[in-house]
Amino acid sequence: MANADCIVIEGSNMAEAHPVGFQWVMEAKKRGARVIHVDPRFTRTSANADKHIPLRSGTDVVLLGGVIRYVLENELWFDEYLKLFTNASTLVSEEYGDPEDLEGLFSGYDEETATYDNSTWAYAGDPERLAQGLPERDETLRDPRTVFQILKRHYARYTPEMVRDTCGISEADFEYLARSITENSGRDRTTCFAYALGWTQHVGGAQMIRTAGVLQLLLGNVGRPGSGIMALRGHATIQGSTDIPTLYHILPGYLPMPKAGEDDFGEYVRQIGKKEQKGFWANADVYAVNLLKAWWGDAATAENDFAFDYLPRLTGAHGTYQTVMRMLEDGVDGYFLFGQNPAVGSANGRMQRLAMSHLKWMVVRDFYMIESATWWKDGPEIETGELRAEDIATEMFYLPAANHTEKAGSFTQTQRMVQWRDKAVEPPGDAQSDLQFAFDLGNRVREKLKNSTDPRDRPILDLTWDYPVDEHGEPDAESVLAEINGRHLTGEKAGQPLSGFAEMKADGSTIGGCWIYSGVYADGVNQARRRTPGQQQDETAAEWGWAWPANRRILYNRASADGEGKPWSERKKLVWWDEEMGRWTGDDVPDFPVTKRPDDPGDPSKGGAGALSGTDAFIMQADGRGWLFAPSGLVDGPLPTHYEAPESTVPNPLYAVQNNPTRVTFQDRNNMQSPGAHSAKGETYPYVFTTYRITEHHTAGGMSRFLPYLSELQPEMYVEVSPQLAGEVGLEPYGWATVISARSAIEAKVLVTERMTPLTIGDRTVHQIGMPFHFGRGSAAIVEGDGANDLIGMMLDANTQIQNSKNNDCAIIPGRRPRGPKLLTLVDEYRRRAGLIPEDEAQVDGALGAPGPGPGHELSPHTMRGPEEATAVPTGEPSMKEMRNR
Amino acid sequence: MSLLAGPAGPAAASGWGGDQQRVGFFTDTSICIGCKACEVACKEWNRNPVDGDLEILGSSYDNTGALGANTWRHVAFVEQGRERIEAAQESGRKLVGLGMPTVGPRPPRGQTPDGDLSGTDRTPPNTQEFRWLMSSDVCKHCTNAGCLDVCPTGAIFRSEFGSVVVQSDVCNGCGTCVAACPFGVIERRDDGTVSAKVERDEDVPHAGTANKCTLCYDRLVVGEQPACSATCPTQSIRFGEHDELVDSAEDRVRALHEQGMTEARLYGANPKDGVGGTGSVFLLLDEPEVYGLPPDPQVPTKELPQMYARVGIAAAGMLAATALAFLGGRR
Amino acid sequence: MARPLFLDWPVLRQLRGADPTGRGTAVMSPTTRSISPRTADADGLAHSVCPYCAVGCAQRVFHQDGRVTQIEGDPDSPVSRGRLCPKGAASEQLVNSPLRQTSVLYRRPHGTDWEELELDTALDMIADRFIEARRAHWQDTDEHGRPLRRAMGIASLGGATIDNEENYLLKKFFTAAGAIQMENQARI
Repeated sequence: MANADCIVIEGSNMAEAHPVGFQWVMEAKKRGARVIHVDPRFTRTSANADKHIPLRSGTDVVLLGGVIRYVLENELWFDEYLKLFTNASTLVSEEYGDPEDLEGLFSGYDEETATYDNSTWAYAGDPERLAQGLPERDETLRDPRTVFQILKRHYARYTPEMVRDTCGISEADFEYLARSITENSGRDRTTCFAYALGWTQHVGGAQMIRTAGVLQLLLGNVGRPGSGIMALRGHATIQGSTDIPTLYHILPGYLPMPKAGEDDFGEYVRQIGKKEQKGFWANADVYAVNLLKAWWGDAATAENDFAFDYLPRLTGAHGTYQTVMRMLEDGVDGYFLFGQNPAVGSANGRMQRLAMSHLKWMVVRDFYMIESATWWKDGPEIETGELRAEDIATEMFYLPAANHTEKAGSFTQTQRMVQWRDKAVEPPGDAQSDLQFAFDLGNRVREKLKNSTDPRDRPILDLTWDYPVDEHGEPDAESVLAEINGRHLTGEKAGQPLSGFAEMKADGSTIGGCWIYSGVYADGVNQARRRTPGQQQDETAAEWGWAWPANRRILYNRASADGEGKPWSERKKLVWWDEEMGRWTGDDVPDFPVTKRPDDPGDPSKGGAGALSGTDAFIMQADGRGWLFAPSGLVDGPLPTHYEAPESTVPNPLYAVQNNPTRVTFQDRNNMQSPGAHSAKGETYPYVFTTYRITEHHTAGGMSRFLPYLSELQPEMYVEVSPQLAGEVGLEPYGWATVISARSAIEAKVLVTERMTPLTIGDRTVHQIGMPFHFGRGSAAIVEGDGANDLIGMMLDANTQIQNSKNNDCAIIPGRRPRGPKLLTLVDEYRRRAGLIPEDEAQVDGALGAPGPGPGHELSPHTMRGPEEATAVPTGEPSMKEMRNR
Repeated sequence: MSLLAGPAGPAAASGWGGDQQRVGFFTDTSICIGCKACEVACKEWNRNPVDGDLEILGSSYDNTGALGANTWRHVAFVEQGRERIEAAQESGRKLVGLGMPTVGPRPPRGQTPDGDLSGTDRTPPNTQEFRWLMSSDVCKHCTNAGCLDVCPTGAIFRSEFGSVVVQSDVCNGCGTCVAACPFGVIERRDDGTVSAKVERDEDVPHAGTANKCTLCYDRLVVGEQPACSATCPTQSIRFGEHDELVDSAEDRVRALHEQGMTEARLYGANPKDGVGGTGSVFLLLDEPEVYGLPPDPQVPTKELPQMYARVGIAAAGMLAATALAFLGGRR
Repeated sequence: MARPLFLDWPVLRQLRGADPTGRGTAVMSPTTRSISPRTADADGLAHSVCPYCAVGCAQRVFHQDGRVTQIEGDPDSPVSRGRLCPKGAASEQLVNSPLRQTSVLYRRPHGTDWEELELDTALDMIADRFIEARRAHWQDTDEHGRPLRRAMGIASLGGATIDNEENYLLKKFFTAAGAIQMENQARI
């Protein structure tokens, strides 16, 4: 980021959530960069930006779509880059229908299932050529079916006036933003975006990120120094926990979990990547085989497709919110928490805790008595009387966990850099690492099942599950890292670690637990443990830690050089082609086949890396291009399109379709939703509230509200309101307020501040209320407070199954909230006003897109796609209550 | 006899000789992100107790309130609208006329710069509608330190680094220093009552004694920098040689003025001020009072020679009057 | 501590020495003169990484007698350059807070309070329940007869704050057991 000439921080409060990372934004400022913070609130980030632009939460697609339009209208795109590296010239199927023509929908929408069939979004061309990543193109970009022209049409109405009336951003501020970005793009200058949960926690969040992706590709801001889109993730190793995922939908290295019916291994890998397509997903079979062999060792052979059958199958989305619904139906017996606090940190806190009361048992592993461990005796539902400890059958096991100084292991930070931690001291008392717990649990279960003849138990018994342990029973973490890295099993290199995924074979002679991490243990050296001081290295500092893949620090860095392999400018050089050496070289590890010439035409008959041309910088894409238009990969459209949030009271200014037509929601009395713009009664909850982190606390408070030094810095739950809203409602500065949503009501102290600005949206004023989400109700923490997540419902984005936290609607009144059952009475009073109860009056989730019973259907054949991570195809399983009226 | 430090610096007057460079902080509040890492790192290093009642103070994001016995770094937050910003810019412009650093070549050390901002474009670029000032306050380690001068037991001493440090094994908790600090920094660590040393709460370290920032004396002696400056994410708090930092600070003010930010000014950099300049220099974007700092701090022992002279005259007068009284009485 | 020698009395040092006003060298106590930071006296220093956000600031963890005594930033890191935010700076308190729970706690069904439980017993009980929950909601096939081979009676949440190696073993074992409902903070 220090090399950027302009930094746009949007959907992120970087100075507060990533203070030490923010030093690099200040570094860029010192070098003359312009920093712009787009956020509903004026925060500590805004205080250090050159300009703060307040916007209505959730309207980023309009704002950035407006900038896209500005770029296209004023011909400000980076032309050479666009033509070389993006799919701007690719022709799209004739059957493609855009929201411009279909009143807000794309072609292929099925009302019944509330899903899209994306076959009409496919590229145009001969099927065989398409499979090779070679669609039809018009290099002049004039054909109306080119991605470029589709883009122009799609964003034609995202004018500065539309931005003003939708986002609440003045035309002058819009101009400032658009000019800052475009004037700092091109050969000599680059702009960088940084985002976080201000984008991800929306229905439509994935598309917000995509909008920035489209813009950055247009301007040539991907793969270059000081460019790109910095995803600011929020936990020590949340990146690692997606790469090596404790997530339902993927396997290590972003291989998808197989779905019901995907019983043919060949078909499974082909769905991920065809042999004939360009780029590195063509080797999906190699990565999958190596994972399976790593897990099932000798039991995984070529004859049995490497025990592919041992993998369980998905039948739709089994995300945490779907699982909570299942818990409420007594469909889940046991629940493990590994350092997470859903009673406070997950949306719809009440449903989280009520769900726990349906479990047979819970295992909580943590350092402190977090609210998710004590809910059964001191949670909010005990106060309201909905739950009584004596009535709750849930067996609770609290297992103390070792912290980061008491165990060795690796974390992967937000830039894909893996860093090893050395152990300092032994864990106290009963505390043990999660590594020891996991290994031990596996050992005990395997021991108890060892005489089983049930074929269902074979996957457990055939697991490779043998790691060396020390005298305390602690497994050697490096041995696990070595398995993740992979090694040769046979031949002269038998037993040696792999140097990278290029050494992986699909014949069972190599294993590797996570192909993208292959290389982290190259030469038997823990590369993540490298600590050459930064002062002794250049800016890239490649000898500190290890970044996947292959220690490349900037992805797609081939795009930092032109068609001939020369840097776009001296100022922005990163990697380039060295004709003499016959290889790519530079200040970063080239993210490209290192000896592939810039003028290499690519060989379609080879597939994979061989099929890439010398200018196919986007080496993971099936066509080698950066996607302005995404024919697959997102379930709600190939181009970002603005829809209003689920509870929004603002009619969608752009389209007749009010809300995202694929959104996922759950019909439950505890998950009601304000009718929003669908009814005048939506004004029962007239204000928008948004939640966020503050610097002094961390996530659900499990690591901050139990520490005196942090607790005293921010000791109480509060909301932030504008002076105008305070006046309208009668709120006293630093007095109390009660915030009421369709789910629940909470109390908080009030900060009246000009940092919150009312916005003019069309002919109305929209007030936004801010609140941190760190507080929860329990009895063990040093500070507690009502939890913001009790106000938020489970309404999910269909791509990611992530909840809409950043803009929901509420009412706010002065004074503290009622105690006990009266709290529920208050909430119901508002629900009645909103027409949500009695239930037969309730609006079912608004207009178009009310999810129906959702029969499962076969995955439609795709012509061009990358790995699909979360196709939320709902099933018709009768016991699943999701998407059905109760 | 004056207690004021001479040109060789405060340490030289306390037995250290002139070799050691004086060190201190330069706090550039224009790049502070208000994260309070300094508050935590300081507490954590010094094992200071938690203070405060765990309630929102009512001062924007500041729930710490002020420096005291248990808090040696305190971040202030001030929210301001356009009117106040413009007033700050105006007062900053006026200061330049009074000799504060300004645009143009830096004048030789010790001389005040001449000229004002008449040649500069005074139009600030987009005066914002709103700004949020953040500033981390700390003990100033004054050149002429009131607490040091009045301490009757020698518990407070000037270190070789030019810092002012309390020796808690010597301090008897008399509290004289508390009244002598013009900034209200030093305080006794107690519950407000008087208690004999034997009765003090053993769980609270250094209970009953005077406490304040030590400039991490124990870290300095091994060549480590203070905990707060080491941890500051944006280096708003910078630690180093005092003279170099003051030069840096002046450059920074100059640079900000060039950008039209005339509200920028230094605090504590003037060796002619009431405490002889401070070891911790600040760059502020408004009047010191806005940040809770005294605009014209004076070390109470400044007038000591004159006070003693008057005492002497008064005593002489008293003696004379007494003598006259006796002489008259005998007749 | 030895009693100060007569000639070492501060008042004599003040009269004799270069510090006539008694504000510097003359008044330093023996404690002060021998001061040293606890980082210099530590048994050892381990290189670690902050457990809070995802910037991944390097931390120096000083320890003595089996306890962590100081955690501060590592200036060698090219990412953090030795700095830590308030949370990272509070890491020593995260590790040593008196509120830390270090023994196993157990709550029986319908219980109104926690009880003590031996770690080994707890782990064995959990393993038994894991097996039982796996059986109770096992799904061999879906309604079309397609293999599912999964255990819907088990769920887990968490992963973003535990190590890569820990996530790997948990995912490996749970998947082999058919327990697909694994999630973590990335979903939130």
